[in-house]
Amino acid sequence: MNIYLPIAEVSVNAFLLLGLGGIVGVLSGMFGVGGGFLMTPLLFFIGIPPAVAVATEANQIVASSFSGALAHLKRKTVDLKMGGVLLVGGLFGAGIGIQVFNILKAAGHVDLLVKLCYVIFLGIVGLLMFIESVNAIRKIKKGAPAPVRRQRGWIHALPFKMRFRTSGLYISVIPPLIVGLLVGILAAIMGVGGGFIMVPAMIYVLGMPTKVVIGTSLFQIIFVTAFTTMLHAVTNQTVDMLLAVLLLVGGVIGAQIGTQIGTKLKAEQLRILLAIIVLAVCGKLAFDLLVMPSELYSIGESGH
Amino acid sequence: MSLLRALIISLLLAVPAQAEEIVADLSQTRVAITANFDGSEILIFGAVRREEAMPEGPLSVIITVEGPSERTTVRRKERVAGIWVNTDTVEVDLAPTFYAIATSAPLQDAISEIEDLRHKISIPRAIRAVGTKDSVADSEVFVDALIRIRTSKDSYQVLENAVKLTADTLFETSITLPSNLTQGAYRTRIFLTRDRAVVDQFETAIEVRKVGLEKFIYGLAHEHPLIYGLLSLAIAIAAGWLASAFFRYIRG
Repeated sequence: MNIYLPIAEVSVNAFLLLGLGGIVGVLSGMFGVGGGFLMTPLLFFIGIPPAVAVATEANQIVASSFSGALAHLKRKTVDLKMGGVLLVGGLFGAGIGIQVFNILKAAGHVDLLVKLCYVIFLGIVGLLMFIESVNAIRKIKKGAPAPVRRQRGWIHALPFKMRFRTSGLYISVIPPLIVGLLVGILAAIMGVGGGFIMVPAMIYVLGMPTKVVIGTSLFQIIFVTAFTTMLHAVTNQTVDMLLAVLLLVGGVIGAQIGTQIGTKLKAEQLRILLAIIVLAVCGKLAFDLLVMPSELYSIGESGH
Repeated sequence: MSLLRALIISLLLAVPAQAEEIVADLSQTRVAITANFDGSEILIFGAVRREEAMPEGPLSVIITVEGPSERTTVRRKERVAGIWVNTDTVEVDLAPTFYAIATSAPLQDAISEIEDLRHKISIPRAIRAVGTKDSVADSEVFVDALIRIRTSKDSYQVLENAVKLTADTLFETSITLPSNLTQGAYRTRIFLTRDRAVVDQFETAIEVRKVGLEKFIYGLAHEHPLIYGLLSLAIAIAAGWLASAFFRYIRG
């Protein structure tokens, strides 16, 4: 059954969209990631204009993060103060990201920018995850103890210190502001929540305890992606409500199934699997950028 | 079809103005883009009315359907530092978002170059690219690319010999509108040519409009973007919350 998307102005099979939402939902439930970094490139592959894909995906992430964040709030595993600082950085970042997005859209480079960002970030994150989980599996086999987290001295030397009780930290607000800012820029340009960058940064750079990391990042993601959705809706009119609803219906069902599968697999196996998926998507995007396209010309988005 | 014949005959009896005149109609003059819109087929039919004996020379019918025109940007990729980047850009003044041309004979047998130029019938003529900035030396290549890309998406169609002409009097054809339509008035023209020169022309329009949910969403997004954005967020949050509540209920 084909359905005409009013903003994307293309006719797409409704079950294909539900299915995509479902598959990405299963993965996000399995790995505890937002799935935006997989969904947005998949939307490119099925022919949704990149500008619409990015804006609509931001809207869908609001939905998928909301239920997760609620659960974490109930369990009190959200550092609201840290979340607030990250959010301030994130909102500024999203504002900058939208500016960059719109300037490059006018110059005709937005597809390239979005795809390059994906190749770079998916490549780095996928590779790091792959190496780390392979090492972890090796160490478990050898029976060596888990590595002790290093304390970063320079973080503690910065001014404007603040006490974050939930995380048990007393650090400068500058690092979380910068982390928030960078994630905000990525959210606006790539149509992702940015959890896959923020979670490692919170653990390794800020030194936050693992139990509050997911909840706090979800808390920040809701507001930053909501803000991004509004900016895209107001400046570009590229949020497709119908597309978002179809994706999130598939997504929420898939996420529940994924959570069930996730509990049955080992953490290291899950991470290797996720790393392989991330690298595969990255490889496909990189291939498209490097290989000579069959059509060198393209028609720009018409200025209505 | 008997109704159609009756209609044509009754039209034939009306007062003449020229030696040969077109009488025509469309199966529909409105196309509604609904949520399950998957393209539309339009039947265009008519007859040639004559007061005198049939003149000499081969007779042809050319039918064009033209979507709203807009300024269009065409970009070309080049390899820069290993990756393919958009470099040169040409702005085409006005290019129709949709253009179909159906003829009863091969196009070059149906109309002369000069007549084509005058009435802007063939696709290259229907695109106005006179004012293209000469930032690029080979700007005509960009127009060719525009036609090639749109043809591959069925947005531009050249349907030679697709008009069925019976006894040099009755003609009919069908034009398939693809699902990726822009809304607006689709100018529909019928040309009658003899010896590759236009003898008569007929013009009407097909109104393509988004309706229902599609119209509501599109209209709201463009006229009240702030409300639209807030509504999108509200739907997303409600859906996220409902889904988690529903699954919690299922699990007890």
